[in-house]
Amino acid sequence: MGMTMTQKILAAHCGLDKVEAGQLIEANLDLVLGNDVTSPVAIKEMKKMNVDGVFDKDKIAIVLDHFTPNKDIKSAELCKCAKEFANEKGITNFFETGEVGIEHALLPEKGLVVAGDVVIGADSHTCTYGALGAFSTGVGSTDMAAGMATGQAWFKVPSALKFVLTGKPAKWISGKDIILHIIGMIGVDGALYKSMEFVGDGIQYLSMDDRFSMTNMAIEAGGKNGIFPVDDVTIAYMKEHSTKEYHVYEADEDAEYDETYTIDLSALKPTVAFPHLPENTRTIDEVGEVKIDQVVIGSCTNGHIEDMRIAAKILEGRHVAKGVRCIVIPATQQIYLQCIEEGLVTSFIKAGAAVSTPTCGPCLGGHMGILAKGERAVATTNRNFVGRMGDPESEVYLASPAVAAASAVTGKISCPDELGL
Amino acid sequence: MKASGTVFKFGDNVDTDVIIPARYLNAPAPEDLAKHCMEDIDVNFVKNVKKGDIIVAEKNFGCGSSREHAPISIKAAGVSCVIAETFARIFYRNAINIGLPIIECKEAAHGIEAGDQVEVDFDSGMIYNRTKGTEFKGQAFPEFMQKIIKAEGLINYINHK
Repeated sequence: MGMTMTQKILAAHCGLDKVEAGQLIEANLDLVLGNDVTSPVAIKEMKKMNVDGVFDKDKIAIVLDHFTPNKDIKSAELCKCAKEFANEKGITNFFETGEVGIEHALLPEKGLVVAGDVVIGADSHTCTYGALGAFSTGVGSTDMAAGMATGQAWFKVPSALKFVLTGKPAKWISGKDIILHIIGMIGVDGALYKSMEFVGDGIQYLSMDDRFSMTNMAIEAGGKNGIFPVDDVTIAYMKEHSTKEYHVYEADEDAEYDETYTIDLSALKPTVAFPHLPENTRTIDEVGEVKIDQVVIGSCTNGHIEDMRIAAKILEGRHVAKGVRCIVIPATQQIYLQCIEEGLVTSFIKAGAAVSTPTCGPCLGGHMGILAKGERAVATTNRNFVGRMGDPESEVYLASPAVAAASAVTGKISCPDELGL
Repeated sequence: MKASGTVFKFGDNVDTDVIIPARYLNAPAPEDLAKHCMEDIDVNFVKNVKKGDIIVAEKNFGCGSSREHAPISIKAAGVSCVIAETFARIFYRNAINIGLPIIECKEAAHGIEAGDQVEVDFDSGMIYNRTKGTEFKGQAFPEFMQKIIKAEGLINYINHK
């Protein structure tokens, strides 16, 4: 029996020729990540350890993106703690306001992750880097601390689900719609403890930004990681962004999968997840009349340049509906700058949208767009749990940037088709 | 190692945002997190929970964010054990890593109600419902994880290795 792509990467990182599902291994890490919420807890844990330094100051990334620019005194203290630690340990990849971006958009952009890497991050959306053909997964702060000290982490080798994507995506279908469709199909624990491997002729039509959105939300199906094979699109991205050596692993032809699902991308419709779980999906024609108070376009899921472009195209020459707040958050400083240079920021502001510096902010109910009791938001973010964006009685509807931008214009959940686009 | 206490019962997909809402993550000291444990799913939880009490839930407990603050808040609130049909994987890791005992058992998740008096033996994986006089065999931890739990977390385990 052969190995899946994930299993091959893990085997190579624990010095074994072969691993199988269920096996406990200790793998060598290529990168350990933390943010302003999780790093301070990890730093406190690391201080309890009998170690002086970190395993490799170039293989740790500390990205202050959640409650930044510092939203209050307590958040400022957390950032200060992380900064002092980074300075003391000489950590090279430390990013704060002015250089920071949302971690899972920033790390690929800076070339810090490439195909074949094993990455852990004290943030659940660390699974994003599977889009590059890496194994990456979210962990807690204690794992981050142990990873920073030892350069290793323990894993139970996962079994896998295979998603065969066929055909060319239908109009308005983005990576976000595909992954929401999948989560709706298998449920929020449908991939619990497992890898989600995306293959098939349909992936040739998916940009890196589409793929990042999909692997980003593997965790919303309970997945350990999501992963794409490396193709010309991946290699072109890595060559543009990184000088790191990459390693291409392919699943064996006789690799075993717990389930195989085939999805015809040409038959998909824009998809929205209703409160309060990402699995509560409806296609846009099933949504009905859902009036909204706020739209958020951004996050590690959908703050990429392509997301900004599609949102700007829809908002250009139109105006955000009266009574609706539209907040646009490019995921990194580089993307923000591109938005300015390409005139997208002009389109956003003329349309009546607020444009923010990169931050996770509203996605987790941190700041920069909190909902009051009874308010509803359409967001391109990744979670719509109770109280996720504010009051426990507010509601979040997850959608693509195209649907979010169109909804901002109409004031209710809408397909861009409704605007004659 | 044993736990025993009164049960607080929850359903499927209890996520880390309701276990400890993000608005409290800017103050990560365990005693501060404990004050807001389960606040968005049961506002009275913190008021009613006593040291040693047990949480029983159904599928996918702890889904969502990787925040270790979630199991820390549960442990600091005095909870001695979480029993669920299944756990989300990051929560599972985090609970073990901080030394919060958790145990997977579908039958117990369905056969225990709020207010029941329950005892758990971690070495055997046995769960006893003293109120109803029933018992369940939960999944005992692999030896590797038992060592981490016994050391009261991954950091102590590594220090002693």
